[in-house]
Amino acid sequence: MALLEIRGLAAEVEGKPILRGVDLSLPEGEVHAIMGPNGSGKSTLAYVLAGREGYSVNAGSVRFDGEDLLAMDPEARAAVGLFLAFQYPVELPGVGNANFLRTALNAVRRARAEPEIDAMKFLKEARAALKRLSMSEEMLKRNVNVGFSGGEKKRNEIFQMALLRPRLAILDETDSGLDIDALKIVANGVNALRGEKFSALVITHYQRLLDHIVPDKVHVLSEGRIVRSGGPELALSLEESGYAGLVAEAAA
Amino acid sequence: MSAALRQTGENFSARYQGLAPRLPGPPDLRRRAAAWFDRHGLPDTRDESWRFTSLRPLAGIVFSRAEDQDDTAPSLLARLPPTEAPLLVFAQGRMRADLSRFPAGGQAGLSVASFANEPSFGNVPESETEPLSALNTMLAEDGARIAVAPSADAGTLVLLHLASGHAEHPPAFHPRHQIRLGAGARLTLIEIALGTSVYLHNPLTEVVLAEQAELLHLRLQDESAAAFHLASLHVALGPGSAYESVALVRGARIARSELTAAIVGEGARFALHAAQILGGEQLADITTVVRHLAPGASSRQSIRNVLTERAHGVFQGRIAVDRIAQKTDGYQMNKALLLSEEAQINSKPELEIFADDVKCSHGATVGALDPNQLFYLQSRGVPKAEARAILVAAFLGETLEAIPHSWGRSVLEGAVQSWWKDRPL
Repeated sequence: MALLEIRGLAAEVEGKPILRGVDLSLPEGEVHAIMGPNGSGKSTLAYVLAGREGYSVNAGSVRFDGEDLLAMDPEARAAVGLFLAFQYPVELPGVGNANFLRTALNAVRRARAEPEIDAMKFLKEARAALKRLSMSEEMLKRNVNVGFSGGEKKRNEIFQMALLRPRLAILDETDSGLDIDALKIVANGVNALRGEKFSALVITHYQRLLDHIVPDKVHVLSEGRIVRSGGPELALSLEESGYAGLVAEAAA
Repeated sequence: MSAALRQTGENFSARYQGLAPRLPGPPDLRRRAAAWFDRHGLPDTRDESWRFTSLRPLAGIVFSRAEDQDDTAPSLLARLPPTEAPLLVFAQGRMRADLSRFPAGGQAGLSVASFANEPSFGNVPESETEPLSALNTMLAEDGARIAVAPSADAGTLVLLHLASGHAEHPPAFHPRHQIRLGAGARLTLIEIALGTSVYLHNPLTEVVLAEQAELLHLRLQDESAAAFHLASLHVALGPGSAYESVALVRGARIARSELTAAIVGEGARFALHAAQILGGEQLADITTVVRHLAPGASSRQSIRNVLTERAHGVFQGRIAVDRIAQKTDGYQMNKALLLSEEAQINSKPELEIFADDVKCSHGATVGALDPNQLFYLQSRGVPKAEARAILVAAFLGETLEAIPHSWGRSVLEGAVQSWWKDRPL
């Protein structure tokens, strides 16, 4: 069985149907890309998987390692190994980044019945992760995302991912608004985790990121459904022909 | 006013009549205060400055003079986190030398006496409009008289107020405290009020700072949840002096903390950072009047309210700038975080400016916890209750983190943290 099994998932926001029957199977160790035009439901899919309030699931199921993901609180989803890199990371004034990360790490460790890590050990790990990601240690001293540039916020998401070591990372348009250097840092962060025990759903509007994170599969989401799946070459052909042809095809 | 509340007020007047011959100090001031109190009684919500704060829960309670029997002070004292600092203890409004602790030979530059032995009402103006001051003046029997000699740095002094209440026969006490710093003197004063059961604590504190004196005044009001705390604090600031206060209010059924600051010296600095964290049926009111009576002085007031269940927070802040107080820099901000549907906040800023070259601003915000912030924390594995606590701590952080005294900061931060334990969110 795949790590993530989405079957016939339908969801709405404020009474407006967005997802209209998504089917997707992500085997453990693979990286899949989800592409699609604006308004196709990409971010909604990410939020429904992470458990954000305000999205009601009307039909379908989501299994994570065989468990019913939709029945879990957001924090329980994090504990079983799901991580969402936000499209718009949230600012937390008054909350230091180092404290935030250690609290998160220890909450997840507690939920997994693992011992908590102390401040010294945490700092050591955090510094090592920052170094791998070519990020400044100063990041730890600042308040979470407060006063960060768009690129810094996205890199902070990748830094959190590196520390929390999820089994499944969902990257929600992490590439949007990034210059090429920041894009490479993000891609390196994902590629460094790739392996048998790490899977990712990379949601993106553009092919660009997929030059650096080469996916095992590409799915095209349109009007709340997966309308096409293929290999990495599908992303390239979309870059040339745009979504219009596919969308028309799906409507036919 | 309800007949029952009037009765409660009349009981105080009657107590004064009975005690008057035995009360310490000059009788004239007390007599005038008593006459005023006879006419006005306890304030009700028709009084403009008491619009939001109803004393109705006091109605019908017959407060008695605090006696020393049934003394739980030693067990209350044990709640205090350990400290090496000199400790001055009051219980039931009376100084307790047996529980106090000073270094052998005393603390350099610091002198401490009691109001009972050396009664003096200081220079608090006999205001016509302050019932809490009148009540105190009428019935004060003891209090602390703390003085720091000119140029002395007296370090830290902990002033502890302990109260043993009683559900059927609640005591009332009205201590009169005086804190005087000579020119260039310095002191960190940490006041903590703790208690059990029902009582009325009605302290009046006068702070006088001579030229260039500096007082750091940390306060934790952690009275019993069934008690009444009706306090007034009068601060006079001389030239170039600095008064900085960080206050945390978390106790009492009804708390009113009045603060009047008279900035009479040029270039003085006044700062109040206060937080009220309230739940249940608690009502807490911070009412301030900051008078700029000299040029080039600054005043900063920053208030944070965290209110849950049916709690009610009040902040009334007046900044009055006299005609001669040019180059005044006045600032006032009241922020409230409402954690429940029934919680409420009243915010009343007032600026009265008679000088033409001043900078004065005020503001108020009211909000709930941000669901996006909560979700962000939860998505990182932080359980919802912990996520809420983190966001509330962040809201209060600005108030507490800046406390330049590590023991004082740990006491106030500890009081915030333990607040959550009784309050699963």
